[in-house]
Amino acid sequence: MTRRTAWLPAIAFYAIGGLLALLFVAPVGWLVLASFKSGTEFAQTPPTYLPQTWSLENYRRLVEAGLFRNVLNSVVAAAGTVVAATVLCVLAGYGFARFRFRFRGVLFLVVLSTLMIPFQSIVPSLYVILDTLHLTNSLAGLILVYTVFALPFGIFTMRAAFAAVPAAIEEAAIMDGAGTLTTLRRVLLPVVSPGVATVALYAFFTAWNEFLAALIFTTRQEQYTLPVVLANLQTGAGGLLNWGVLETGAVFAAVPCVLIFLILQRYYVAGLTGGAVKG
Amino acid sequence: MSGPRARRQRAGLLFVAPAVLLVLGMFVLPVIVTAVMSFYDWSLLGQRTFVGLANYDRLLGDTSWWHSLGFTTLYTAIVTAALLVVGFALATAVRHRRRGVGLLRTAFVLPVVIGFATASYLTLWLMDDRIGVVPDLLRRLGVVDGSVSVFSHFPSALTVVVVLVVWKTVGLTMLLLMSGMQAISKDFYEAAQVDGASRARTFFSITLPLLRPTVAMVLVLTVIGSYLAFDQFFILTQGGPDNSTIPVVYLIYRAGFIDFNLGYSAAMSIGLMVILLILTTVQLVVLRSREDQ
Repeated sequence: MTRRTAWLPAIAFYAIGGLLALLFVAPVGWLVLASFKSGTEFAQTPPTYLPQTWSLENYRRLVEAGLFRNVLNSVVAAAGTVVAATVLCVLAGYGFARFRFRFRGVLFLVVLSTLMIPFQSIVPSLYVILDTLHLTNSLAGLILVYTVFALPFGIFTMRAAFAAVPAAIEEAAIMDGAGTLTTLRRVLLPVVSPGVATVALYAFFTAWNEFLAALIFTTRQEQYTLPVVLANLQTGAGGLLNWGVLETGAVFAAVPCVLIFLILQRYYVAGLTGGAVKG
Repeated sequence: MSGPRARRQRAGLLFVAPAVLLVLGMFVLPVIVTAVMSFYDWSLLGQRTFVGLANYDRLLGDTSWWHSLGFTTLYTAIVTAALLVVGFALATAVRHRRRGVGLLRTAFVLPVVIGFATASYLTLWLMDDRIGVVPDLLRRLGVVDGSVSVFSHFPSALTVVVVLVVWKTVGLTMLLLMSGMQAISKDFYEAAQVDGASRARTFFSITLPLLRPTVAMVLVLTVIGSYLAFDQFFILTQGGPDNSTIPVVYLIYRAGFIDFNLGYSAAMSIGLMVILLILTTVQLVVLRSREDQ
């Protein structure tokens, strides 16, 4: 193995690797630093590379412009999606992995087949359906849509997680007289918790970052999620673009994802590569 | 058949029911509704008339549709090639355990979790002619003179979007290729080393052939993902200059929600579904038949 790792001298490896890593991380870090410039400094020509004077003006302006409402919308949409998708995927994964019932194979195939159909192509009809249900311009409607987006991958992941648990564990609980739900909650859930974390993470990123559906299904500023209200700000209704507020909004959109990823990246990577190894 | 055991098995249906009903109602039903809508002159404002194949007829003669397909295909080809090359390079660099390699992996994957819209706003700032750092640097270095409006020229606009997409998604490509590489038995490499094979030879004769299933999956994911591009074009190029950067999903959005013609946008959606199905099938068949040889 020495030959294989020594072909590139360590110094060169770390120099190039470090530089590349910086290239991947720096833009976001730089954006965060820049958000602490004053509004005028942010929009000045030529740009300053680091804040000359540190200021919270962009953050104050963001609140004054009412954008906190939209940050909150994104939080509610993401939280709702995480809860709904995780609960539904745990139940469905348990059902598909541990029970034999009629149509099991067909139903699972239906769920999997939706992985092949991109939601972008059903947006026109989804709009009509939501409109019929009076769920446009509502966070509940968005949560419903995002939950459905997160289901195929989540059910697939949870079914695999439950299938990997030895049957003996479950049988012991049943012998002790535990009901099905009690067995699920007390005995199985702790064992499959890494899978649950993966599903919850994906649901969060789906809901927090989604743009197209939110752009179409909400038409009033007070219902916009964060990414959509920023687009609205960018194309602004005739007014001058406030760069500082726009980019500080982008900080609010980016930082939660980065922090959650850094804390839980083990589960994120497991979700990505789990299918790769098995498939 | 109604003992406790059978009752227990039937409970499974109750567990899967909520999720399956949602998928049926909000995913399967919309596909059917899309197909139905495509036969109607269906306005966003409510009026609808059955028009048979008129929407599809119009689609076949619609130059903006063909132009958009051409552009999306070009964009997909460039992005896929770039992602595979850069992804392979990064995966090769970080596949082995080595001090600090975990940090590098984390750094490369970090942009993956940020939304396309968010990354686009970031790019907008970096590239802005007046306040952006990139044009400023280019001017200071004397590469360009005067204004740098990257989004008003097709080649530079496309280049910026491609760089953004590679930056944002190559971490995923890298991870998938890396886990595929790690699944290849070390015996092959030891045998190659005994035979005195060069690094290039080892890569093309061992790594690449054994990685075929992984490459197939990466290809399918990348092609589908690129074909569905929307956020970055909506925010950065807004379809310009001269409507030259309108991917298919953007066209569907415009037809349905700017021109209020849901029926026509549904016909485009069906077209997009068919194209993606064909693309995916072709890729899988090609990669599988090579494997069988």
